[in-house]
Amino acid sequence: MNLIAVDLLEPFAFEFFRNGLLVATLAGALCGLIGVFVVLRSMSYIGHGLSHAVFGGAALAAVLNINYFIGAGLWGVVSGLMIGRVSRKRIIGADAAIGVITTASFAVGLALQARFGQAKRSIDAVLFGNVLGVFTADILAVAGVGVVSAVVVVLSYRKLLFTTFDPEVAGVSGVNVPGMEAVLMILLSATILVTVRVIGVLLISALLVLPAVTARLLTNSFGRMLWLSPVLGAVFGGVGMYASWYADVPSGAVIIIAGTIVFVVVYTVAGVRRRARVAGMDHHGPSLRSA
Amino acid sequence: MNSAEATPPLVRFDHVSCSYGNGPVIENVDLTVARGEFVGIVGPSGSGKTTLLRAMLGSVKPVHGSVMWSPSLRVAYVPQLETLDWNFPVTVSEVVAMGRPQRSWWPRLQPSEKSEIQRVLEHLGLAGLWSRHIRELSGGQQQRVFLARALIQKPDLLVLDEPTAGVDVRTRHEVLHVLADLNELHPDRGDGESGIAIVLTTHDLNGLAAHLPRLICLNRNVVADGSPSEVLKPYFLERTYGAPMEVLQHGGMPVVLEQGGDELRLRLSRRGA
Repeated sequence: MNLIAVDLLEPFAFEFFRNGLLVATLAGALCGLIGVFVVLRSMSYIGHGLSHAVFGGAALAAVLNINYFIGAGLWGVVSGLMIGRVSRKRIIGADAAIGVITTASFAVGLALQARFGQAKRSIDAVLFGNVLGVFTADILAVAGVGVVSAVVVVLSYRKLLFTTFDPEVAGVSGVNVPGMEAVLMILLSATILVTVRVIGVLLISALLVLPAVTARLLTNSFGRMLWLSPVLGAVFGGVGMYASWYADVPSGAVIIIAGTIVFVVVYTVAGVRRRARVAGMDHHGPSLRSA
Repeated sequence: MNSAEATPPLVRFDHVSCSYGNGPVIENVDLTVARGEFVGIVGPSGSGKTTLLRAMLGSVKPVHGSVMWSPSLRVAYVPQLETLDWNFPVTVSEVVAMGRPQRSWWPRLQPSEKSEIQRVLEHLGLAGLWSRHIRELSGGQQQRVFLARALIQKPDLLVLDEPTAGVDVRTRHEVLHVLADLNELHPDRGDGESGIAIVLTTHDLNGLAAHLPRLICLNRNVVADGSPSEVLKPYFLERTYGAPMEVLQHGGMPVVLEQGGDELRLRLSRRGA
């Protein structure tokens, strides 16, 4: 019995694991919070795109030997604002705007990686994530962006809800819709910036989407979704990180697999419950709008 | 002359033209909306009805002319419900609460806000639906939830875009009665004066427009403006819709019929035979 307990607690003896567990849990919660807006605004692709855009900035920062957060951060925020601006013009859809801006940025990153090999290790960390190699600065950055995001979401809750659900009426009712959208884009860019070295460019968009869509299946209330999604994200991050120790598999991949398993289970149960409810309904037909 | 015109208007359009870049959508529009009026705007698709509403709301700026609002005017807007995402996770109370700015740092509803929302919901016959998802409601209930969000802003002017689009006859009656009640007396004003001024757009000439006190026929510019009996005339309707229409009287009310209906019926019956 004691041997099992010792075995289960074994990874906590290592500081790098404790740091990794903390940062993965925080990153999951942060992605869960911001992911609510990404999913509800049907901009899941933007997380995918922005992470690729940040890769270009990260590569440039590594090559120029400047601070990652400054180089990739400026690049990511500018990319996010450009996507928002181009997609508001309506002639070009948001998906096409993301496709052009972020893949160009990703291509710059790949070109820099090929040309300047000495920066390869640092660039690889951004591409695939490296939970076990996190520095204190990474933990502080994720925690800092998490606190700022939570404060902004709490203070601007109703404006963000109104802007996300019904932007036209929100604007007429006095909400600064472009301002709110810019705030969301900056928070999303900052989230990707600080979590991408933990999870990796190639998996970050999944961590933005999985907690939010799982939470959506569990509730019909925006308010409840807003706390449920970060909790799920934190659980995915923590459990995935812990499981990766025993599975001896890169932690980013296990975090996403853990989230996907939970999503599939919730999706299946929700489907069964919905079918049972429909079967048990009386003959009051659905409304015309909901038909 | 409408008695409402004796009081200063809530909104005045003065030679207003609006454009999205490809020619004017509305052109040289003059109109006023006075306190307590109930105005319907009719016209074919693409005639500029929604743009006129947006100009009234201030969300579209005129390229020519000017829109003037009465000082401290409160306007609330109910959009076309078809444009909303009905899978969005939002309950009845969350929708209505959007109409009020967040007063405290914590987003939870304050007791005074809760009772206010409860009162508006009860007034509109939506008591007990507080936690229901918007998709679980009937068409009439859905329309009234968005009316509640507008009413909680205590508007002087309520603007609705196609409030009866896509609803059945019973729901249309229900919506029209609720609007008529609001137009007669504002539940929150309590000063015994006129109710909320209402401006709405509709495609429904017989089911809705013919019941309103004032109608505006729009086809880029104002073709006719007056009571249904003044406006619903073959000459104005043909200029508005570009197709001949016949108008009959039934129970003192005009009933609009499309000309050419007999010919169409004959063609279709021949195909069936």
